[in-house]
Amino acid sequence: MSLRAKPEPVQVVKQRRDTALQALAGAVPYVQYLGVHFDRRGDELTGILPFAEKLIGNPLLPALHGGVTSAFLELTSVMTLSWGYLWEDIESGALDFDLPENQPLPRLPKTISFSIDYLRSGLPRDAYARAKVVRSGRRYATVHVEGWQDNRDRLFAQATGHFLMPQRRD
Amino acid sequence: MSDKAQLARQFIEAIPHARELGMDLTDLDDGRATIVMPYDERLVGDPKTGVIHGGAVSALMDTCCGAAVMAHPANAGGTATIDLRIDYMRAAKPGDAITTKAHCYHITRSVAFVRATATDADEENPVATATGTFTVEGRR
Repeated sequence: MSLRAKPEPVQVVKQRRDTALQALAGAVPYVQYLGVHFDRRGDELTGILPFAEKLIGNPLLPALHGGVTSAFLELTSVMTLSWGYLWEDIESGALDFDLPENQPLPRLPKTISFSIDYLRSGLPRDAYARAKVVRSGRRYATVHVEGWQDNRDRLFAQATGHFLMPQRRD
Repeated sequence: MSDKAQLARQFIEAIPHARELGMDLTDLDDGRATIVMPYDERLVGDPKTGVIHGGAVSALMDTCCGAAVMAHPANAGGTATIDLRIDYMRAAKPGDAITTKAHCYHITRSVAFVRATATDADEENPVATATGTFTVEGRR
């Protein structure tokens, strides 16, 4: 019987994953500007957009700006796609965000097209989004993303995006 | 500029997020709108190159398309986006302002159809194009 490697302590695993996530999200000025952050459960990410006055698009209703909603869903798509694509390297330690030589960060996928459906007006409160990578190939990837506010089953927007994957330099 | 276009301008200028991004409505008439957004480091999507994030271009496209719908003579009131598709052709040049021109080319009692193009200083090569549908309000 072969001896399996002892599992890593949970806090080591969590620390590695959270550091990587913060490094990825924290490096993009536009993510910081919108105030978007990500909640992680294992490899599942949830984008969180805390409400702010500057995000309003219709002051009469008031409602979130459609462009903000679109940007939020696109950010969540790119982050989820990158997270899946970098996961193995993060887990194996090939990509270690604690080491200064890993700055600058890995290149991210580029959006080819993004098609969004607005299902309800965005209320002046926090919004959440989760993306699913429908297909991830060597060159192209397709992602579907859903956005909601108070109720998970009452989406206020959904979108599909096509992305050009960064080419590995090896 | 017509009274209606003037009203649409006031409405666009009252949008907190449009003001935040420094959007300037330079032309608005008869179902057409032009909005310029200056380069801003807060909107960068790729810190290595300084290229503006596609999401900020989305916000600009959405606002401009909405303005074109409001400026259409057959639309009495406000509007909301039903869907919007954006194709990204190339990265906008860092430092350049982005100009979007939108045209509401067809309108029914309930739906407005819009196309838009975004360019930087190189006006021959679009940065992105968009097509979308919007609600038509105020006529029931």
